[in-house]
Amino acid sequence: MSVEQSTAPPVAPGNRPGVLARMRGTEIRNLGLVAVLAVLVVIGAATSENFLTGDNLENILVSSSVIGVVIVGATFVIIGGGIDLSVGAIVALASVWATTLATQSYGPWMMALCALLVGAGAGLINGLLIAYGKLVPFIVTLAMMVTARGLAARIADNRTQLVTEQPIKDLAKSDVLGIPLLVIILAVVAIAGWVLLNRTTFGRRVFAIGGNEEAARLAGIDVRLNTALLYVLSGSCCGIAAIMLLARTTTGSSTHGNLYELDAIAAIIIGGTLLSGGRGTIVGSILGVLVFTVITNIFILNNLATETQNIAKGLIIVAAVLLQRRANRS
Amino acid sequence: MDKLTLDRRRLFAGTGLLGAGALLAACTSNEPDAAPVASTQAVSSGGNDAAGQEVVIGFSAPAADHGWIGAITTKAEEEAKKYPDVDFQAVEGSNDVNQQISQVETLISRKVNVLVILPFDGNALTEVGIKAMEAGIQVINLDRVFSSPRGARTWIGGDNYGMGAAAGYYLAQQLTAKGVKDPVIAEVQGIADLPLTQDRSKGFEEALATAGFKVSNKVSAQFTVESGQQVTSNLLQAAPKLDGLWNHDDDQGLGVLAAIEQAGRDEFIMVGGAGSKNMMDLIKADSGVMKATVTYPPSMAASAVKLARLVGQKKGMSDLVELGVPASITLTSETITKENVDEYLSLGFES
Repeated sequence: MSVEQSTAPPVAPGNRPGVLARMRGTEIRNLGLVAVLAVLVVIGAATSENFLTGDNLENILVSSSVIGVVIVGATFVIIGGGIDLSVGAIVALASVWATTLATQSYGPWMMALCALLVGAGAGLINGLLIAYGKLVPFIVTLAMMVTARGLAARIADNRTQLVTEQPIKDLAKSDVLGIPLLVIILAVVAIAGWVLLNRTTFGRRVFAIGGNEEAARLAGIDVRLNTALLYVLSGSCCGIAAIMLLARTTTGSSTHGNLYELDAIAAIIIGGTLLSGGRGTIVGSILGVLVFTVITNIFILNNLATETQNIAKGLIIVAAVLLQRRANRS
Repeated sequence: MDKLTLDRRRLFAGTGLLGAGALLAACTSNEPDAAPVASTQAVSSGGNDAAGQEVVIGFSAPAADHGWIGAITTKAEEEAKKYPDVDFQAVEGSNDVNQQISQVETLISRKVNVLVILPFDGNALTEVGIKAMEAGIQVINLDRVFSSPRGARTWIGGDNYGMGAAAGYYLAQQLTAKGVKDPVIAEVQGIADLPLTQDRSKGFEEALATAGFKVSNKVSAQFTVESGQQVTSNLLQAAPKLDGLWNHDDDQGLGVLAAIEQAGRDEFIMVGGAGSKNMMDLIKADSGVMKATVTYPPSMAASAVKLARLVGQKKGMSDLVELGVPASITLTSETITKENVDEYLSLGFES
């Protein structure tokens, strides 16, 4: 029941229904998001001649890439029935740790490794406390959020640390066959996430744990180990995002990743993932991020005040959730 | 270390307010041999620096999560350390006005002699300022203004309107000199709903208007590097060709510059705000869009501590004929360009 695949209605052989009826609920919802995106693209193109330029579309994708990577990891956690409020703070901590003089003097690879290890390590602490310490995810990750940001500020001594390694800075400007490297990183992480979620035993266990933890345990799943792994995965994604942010901003700072936790939850929810766990898709979450990035872009292209933008975002979240409830009932 | 402190103290005895700030900045900066320029000539201080009656100074400011605020806190602490007759009691910085009010109340109940308060929000901290004043504790209001003059004995702070005006005049003058007609001018604000941001924008617009120019694109960031990068990358798409750009804040400026570099843009001139060391280095190098920055010096915190000491010791400012410290001191916002950057380098703060 909890597994996504099982929500598809059984189809009697020889009685092939129409295309829409054959699609699963999540795919219909993703189609709805694609429709929303299409409407936004039409609005963007109609209100600004600069919207449909290659440069601008590239800008939208690159802008989505950092938070996009964070969201892939956070989607796993939410499908698994948990929540990770510490993603923004872990991004900040990983960025600051990677830009300390000690790590910068060993070059770009050491910086990247450092960011990854800090992200995975913070995720591991979250995971151990939640899975083996039996503490509530909300509380543990809230504590991590405050602690990691404090630690980041302490390490950086409240300064913004400049990235001195040119290879890291070049990440933001490089492309492969015209596609920006940051966008490729997001694509790789998203595809890896999709495969892990939909084509592996681990993925099926995540759905099972999120749907009904007790049933999953009775079915012989090591709930604790798999739950802990979810947070390690989320933290590792934050580490990757931190490396990308180092390139984008050419700095490490304790203010990086500000409010990522809320942006992530908003995008994941409008992407059709249930906050109570057990159901969700990576594609939906990525589409959710794109919706928000396109709105920001349209607002700035049209020189509109950014406060109004937040109202628009809020309304979209409510509308998306209302639509999902209708879709679920029918 | 002791010898260094002593030497420093001897140097300071006898320098003016600005000179002291400049030297202080030189000592805190990471440049080992940054020679303090135009600040070492001895000015008669009229004996104000001589040890006097013991003064307990309480200090409260927002959380040091930002280069400028960080510099405010360290400059206040370091200034206080120079006076053996000052007992400096700082509370942990907070961006929660409710918490800042409680912290100031704690300082009041500890019966400090003088309070230096940089409120996160001037309006919200006014009442507790009045409470302190009525309890007989003199308050020095630093930078963000209380809504009532009853809340403070003296206000000292920067000139936000003047900062915008300085940036506007500089851009207007540069673009006019180049003979640009109808320039496209963009503005990257800090947090849009703070009064200080609105004052900066007003000054900028009014100064541009004197040349018949206006702001074409305006975006707001959050004073952070990441937000500066994010809004600027979109802004540059909105304006495929720019003539001038003013960024309100040099801390978020690192992100603004990263976005400009990543977009491969260099057809315009950029002016910064506040006067960070990073930006001054770029202005000095003169290798990119960054041509000037308008100051909003964090050394004002050191000045506030000096004023608090004078108020506590019932002294005046020796360059004025008045018996007491004035009620209000507004610092000027100066424009730093390649021509004068060497004079200011020692005042720059690390982002």
